[in-house]
Parts: sequence; structure tokens; C-alpha cells
Amino acid sequence: MRLLLCAVAVGFIGLFLLLPLAAVFTQALKQGLSVALAAISEPDAVAAIRLTLLVAAIAVPLNAAFGIAASWAIAKFDFWGKGILSTLIDLPFSVSPVVSGLIYVLIFGLQGWFGPELRDHGIKIIFALPGIVLATMFVTFPFVARELIPLMTDQGRAEEEAAATLGASGFQTFFRVTLPNIKWGLLYGVLLCNARAMGEFGAVSVVSGHIRGLTNTMPLHVEVLYNDYQFVGAFAVASLLALLAIVTLTFKSFLEWRYADEIAAVHHH
Amino acid sequence: MSLTTTFIPKRSRSRSVLPGFGLSMGFTIFYLSVIVLIPLAALVIRPWSAGFDGFWRVATDHRVLAALRLSFGAAAIGAGINAVFGPIVAWVLIRYRFPGKRLLDALVDLPFALPTAVAGIALSALYAPNGWLGEPLSRLGIKVAYTPLGVVVALTFIGLPFVVRTIQPVLADLSQEAEEAAATLGATRLQTIGRVVLPMLLPSLITGTTLAFARAVGEYGSVIFIAGNLPAISEIAPLLIVIKLEQFDYAGAATIGVIMLAAAFVIILALNLLQNWAASRR
Repeated sequence: MRLLLCAVAVGFIGLFLLLPLAAVFTQALKQGLSVALAAISEPDAVAAIRLTLLVAAIAVPLNAAFGIAASWAIAKFDFWGKGILSTLIDLPFSVSPVVSGLIYVLIFGLQGWFGPELRDHGIKIIFALPGIVLATMFVTFPFVARELIPLMTDQGRAEEEAAATLGASGFQTFFRVTLPNIKWGLLYGVLLCNARAMGEFGAVSVVSGHIRGLTNTMPLHVEVLYNDYQFVGAFAVASLLALLAIVTLTFKSFLEWRYADEIAAVHHH
Repeated sequence: MSLTTTFIPKRSRSRSVLPGFGLSMGFTIFYLSVIVLIPLAALVIRPWSAGFDGFWRVATDHRVLAALRLSFGAAAIGAGINAVFGPIVAWVLIRYRFPGKRLLDALVDLPFALPTAVAGIALSALYAPNGWLGEPLSRLGIKVAYTPLGVVVALTFIGLPFVVRTIQPVLADLSQEAEEAAATLGATRLQTIGRVVLPMLLPSLITGTTLAFARAVGEYGSVIFIAGNLPAISEIAPLLIVIKLEQFDYAGAATIGVIMLAAAFVIILALNLLQNWAASRR
């Protein structure tokens, strides 16, 4: 019984998870390492890598700041509508990635709310960096908040109240008391937020316009190469993203193992 | 923001000594409105420019209906497959010790961490007629890539961690005493699992399966490479949104978007009801 169940579990994970991962690297290295390296160092690929890093560098800190503010308000104060607010914060997780991109096209696209005005002033949001950043911010919106809210709720208010009573200012309380308590949880949330920000495909695909070397992030570059039948190039760039996923998972497992008590009381998925 | 006034601290009960409520709540409401609420409102308003008739015409179009049926149907099948194998994986990870267990456990999260486009091209390379799995399968006469079956494979991949990760903590907290009691009273192992373990896991199993379904309905990146995207056969609803946008049919794209958003709301509501039901059972 036990052996059978183990075999089923290992077989299922091997078939559905391990095999695709192995396929990425095998396909990338099909014509040797040098071909794969050449594919990720050609100008369009470098531009895609640079854009992906830039988008994550803008979206992740903003969402982290939001996550801290939202969890401070929700965990440290009582107010009416807390449940509704938490549900609204989680909302982007339930929205299809394509719809996440679509909503910004409806506002800033040529036939959108502000389309004509933006065009008259020469401002590009859709098919340009701002649109890509907005779409990325939407899909990664809940990551840090959803990690910190249960953690900070669980930790309570006593330590902050003690600090405030002893005369600490708001910022002193936050940086000396709260931040040290939540730093691993924050890191955990940022890690997951970053992985999704760098890997997001659907939402970014709708707003990017797929301009090679200009508005293609790494996942979009993978698509363009794949549709051009440049399979080695596509899998070479894809294997960089797969490496990012592996590093993220390793780091995540480490945090869960080492700082289990300091991440979150309620376990995440 | 007028919304800020809605969220007033309950000063009557106890006035908090902590500072920063106005600042943190103000920023939260502002950021939430700008990034999430106002853009979603733009989506909900858009399809009605041609009246309800316009909405209905798009919503009942043959190609749109076929795409919605595929997205929801394949997501349901994928979630169903995960509802069978997910609990087995969770059980093995919680109850047994074996070498490589930590690796297996970490691997479960791969669909969360692996960019969907990477998963998409990897799956289509595997299941293509000349791929590692596609070739033996095609000799058996089974075509996976570029058929609706390929969509099911991708959506199974994407949903697996939701089921496993929802069941795992519940299973870990489950005391083995109830199982031992059942065994002492003469129940076979299968009876114990069917009558004792499974009922206790049921709320988390339904929750996890629903989450997997919700994620799969809207999934795009991992599907489009393996699906083949034949109109009305293997074309998913999110892809049809993209196609309508490329034709500058904003109202049509928004119509499909609103239908999918409505489905998401129904799922959120169902999950909340489910959690209340599970809490009342305890």
C-alpha cells in the first residue's frame, strides 16, 4: 500500500512537474552550451533581460510598500470593513492574467478612456514601459500583503504599544520593533512577488505590443522566438527563467525550514 | 478618496495608542483604488456601449461559447485530476519518510514559480508528436499537443500545488488517534480512510480543488503553446480576448472579460461560504 502510494505520488510529480523542467534545459542545450549562451547574449535577449529586471525593480518595491502599509492598517487597528478590504486586496489573484492586462488597455489604449488625450500629448502607456509596469503591479499586487497580514495579526500589538508608551515615534516603533519582527515574512513575500513579476506573461503580453528589443520582457521574448521556430533560443531564454524559478523555490524552502515560526502562523500555498 | 471615510477606527471601543492609521490606511485605499478597483470598474462598464443586446450578441456567439466551454470544461477536468492525485501526493509527503522527500515537497510549488510561458513551451515540446511523451502516445493513437487534451494537461500542471498545499496542513494537524480507534474497532485500512480520514479532509479538498479550478479557468501562458488554438475547437477564452483586442474590438474583449470576472466572483463567494460551512462543522 505504502509503496504503491509513494510510486503514484512520485510518478505523478515526475510526469507533470519534473519532466517539463528537464525538457527546458535539454532543449536549450540541444546544440551545445555555446549556442545557448549565444542565444541569451544577442542584443534582443539582453534588452529583454534588462527590461524584465527594470519592471521588477519598479513593481516589487511599490507592492512591498503597499503590503507593509496595508498590513499595518489591518493588523494594528480595528475598523469596520476589514473583511471586505482583505477580500479586495486578494482580488487580483482571482482575475485572469489576460483580463489584468485588458483593464489597462480599456483605460489607456487608443480607444480607451484616456486614449485620445494621451495620444495628443504624446504620452505612451500601452505598448510601452508604464503599461508593462502597471500590469505587473496588478498581478503581483497581493503577494506581500497576504504574507504580512496574517503574520502581523498573529504577532499582535503589545510590543508596538509598549514602544509607543515609552515615547518612541511612529517611525522608530516601525523600524526598531515591527520591522525586525516581520523581516523574514517580508522577504518571503518579496521573493514570491519578484518571481511572479519577472515571469508574468499573460497580462504583460496584452499591454506590451511585442516590440523586439523594446517592449519584450523575457517571457515575451521566449514566445516571439518560439513562434519564429528559433527553438534553441526560446529554450535558452526559458532556461534562465527556469533557473530563476529553481533559485526562488530553493530560497523559499530554506526560509520555510529555517524561519518557519517567523514567516506566518497560517500556512501559505 | 471618499472611501477612506468608510473605514473609521472604532474609537468608541478603545482608542489605539499606535500612530499611522491615517497614513497607512490612506495609502492602502489610494493604491488599491488606482491599481485594482478603478481599472476593474473600467472593465465592467465597457461592454454595455452597444446596450445589453450588444453584450448578449458577443456572449452567445458560437466561437465565444465554444471558448468559454473549453476554458471551464478543461479547467474542471484538470481540477478533477488534481483532486484525485493531489491528496495522494499530500498524504505521501506528510505520512511517509523517504530519501528525496524534501526535494519532492519543494517541487510541488514549481507551477507557482515557473513562468507560465516556460511551462507552456516545455509541455508542448514534451507532448508534440516528436516529443518524449508525444511520440509513444501517438503510437498508441493518442494526440495530446494541439488538441483540447493538451489544454487539460496544461491546466492540470497549473492547478496541482493548490490542491496539495491546501490539504497538507490539514493532514499534518490530523491526529492519528481517530484512525487508530477505527482500526482497533476492526475497520480495514480502506474503511478507515474512506470513513474517517476523507470526511475530515473534505473541506480542504473542496477548497483546494476550487482554487485550482479558479486559477485554471483564466490561465493563458501555459495553455496557448500546447493548445494549437483552432477556433471553436482548442481556443481558450483568454486567447479570444487577446484576439479581439488585436482587432480593436474593445467591447467584445471586455464582454468576455466581464463574464470571466463574474465567474471569479462566484468562485470567491462559494469559497467564503465553504469556509463558513467548514468552520461550523468543527
